[in-house]
Amino acid sequence: MRRKESPWPDRVYKTLKAAGVRQVGYVPDAGHKRLIELCLADRELDAVVLSTEEEGIGLAAGAWLGGVRGALLMQSSGVGNCINALGMTRECRFPLLMLITMRGQFGEFNPWQVPMGQATPGVLSAMGVVVHEANTAREIAPTVEAAARLAFGGYQAVAVLIAQGVIGIKSFQEQASR
Amino acid sequence: MTTALRRRQVVEILLNERKGLLVVAGLGSTAWDITAAGDSPLSFPLWGAMGNAAMIGLGLALAQPARRVLVITGDGEMLMGLGSLATIGVQQPGNLSVVVVDNERYGETGMQPTHTASGVDLAKVALACGFGSARQIREPGELWTLRAAIHGAPGPHFAQVKVAAEKLPLVLPPREGGLLKARFRRALLGEEADLA
Repeated sequence: MRRKESPWPDRVYKTLKAAGVRQVGYVPDAGHKRLIELCLADRELDAVVLSTEEEGIGLAAGAWLGGVRGALLMQSSGVGNCINALGMTRECRFPLLMLITMRGQFGEFNPWQVPMGQATPGVLSAMGVVVHEANTAREIAPTVEAAARLAFGGYQAVAVLIAQGVIGIKSFQEQASR
Repeated sequence: MTTALRRRQVVEILLNERKGLLVVAGLGSTAWDITAAGDSPLSFPLWGAMGNAAMIGLGLALAQPARRVLVITGDGEMLMGLGSLATIGVQQPGNLSVVVVDNERYGETGMQPTHTASGVDLAKVALACGFGSARQIREPGELWTLRAAIHGAPGPHFAQVKVAAEKLPLVLPPREGGLLKARFRRALLGEEADLA
């Protein structure tokens, strides 16, 4: 008999803790709701709400300058806000771990989300960010673990794209009810 | 009418005998200013990422709560990252100061006026965002109060220092990002930072 697994955000939280992450910058997304709550409840973690996603690129850079590992949570629409700042990440070889919940990708109801969502992997790749895709709930935490190793061990910028199919939001009503 | 403050003298006063102060400088003139005051491995001068200086300071201040952190940047750079003042206000890092050297110009691109030339008051923005102290400075005497706050008093502090719009000789820091990062970490964290 197989033990019931905890929800994926709980497993990702444990993975971030095990990877030594002590700062988490975020712009909220419905798909990150649970993970953000876990981070905010953790007194050993600095959870920093951002006014725009590019702030998180600077935050993580400052954390690494100070000897601390950071992670950055956002939805795919926020990736576009980060592009120029990612130039610093690359030039300085700052480690960067981004967890991105996808919109505009699978069953999207909002047409305005589609262009950025579809462009997300290409935009990240163009700026030198390694892209890992997690298409099922089960593979998210192991993918984050591998991404953290590559980011902090290999001094790379790495993004984990969490597929919209995993989040599964189908309508405005459903999003509002979460 | 008092004589306008001069940016290199302002930065020199703030950084003289800086001891363990950690400094992040926005791209352009403020990066040259901190270098004119004396390059240090504990300085991180930006050559890009416009709008992000204050956030790098926040990440550093949260990571190193026992150290004092100073962000020195220009008015154009601060305007591009205005939201970061709100983000810092929420976090309330007591060891962080943000000083805007405000010549009311985009100095590297032809001295075009910025919003502050039309009266946008960055100190009031910072105050409204929750900075413990936020002031506009025009008098030399006020710089010593600011210096004392940067080096010791509980923050976060913000100052918008009005300076003359002048073109000065470039004093350039190293520009390779990987080098700037590695030397900063080694100076702050020791040689074991190389193996982290």
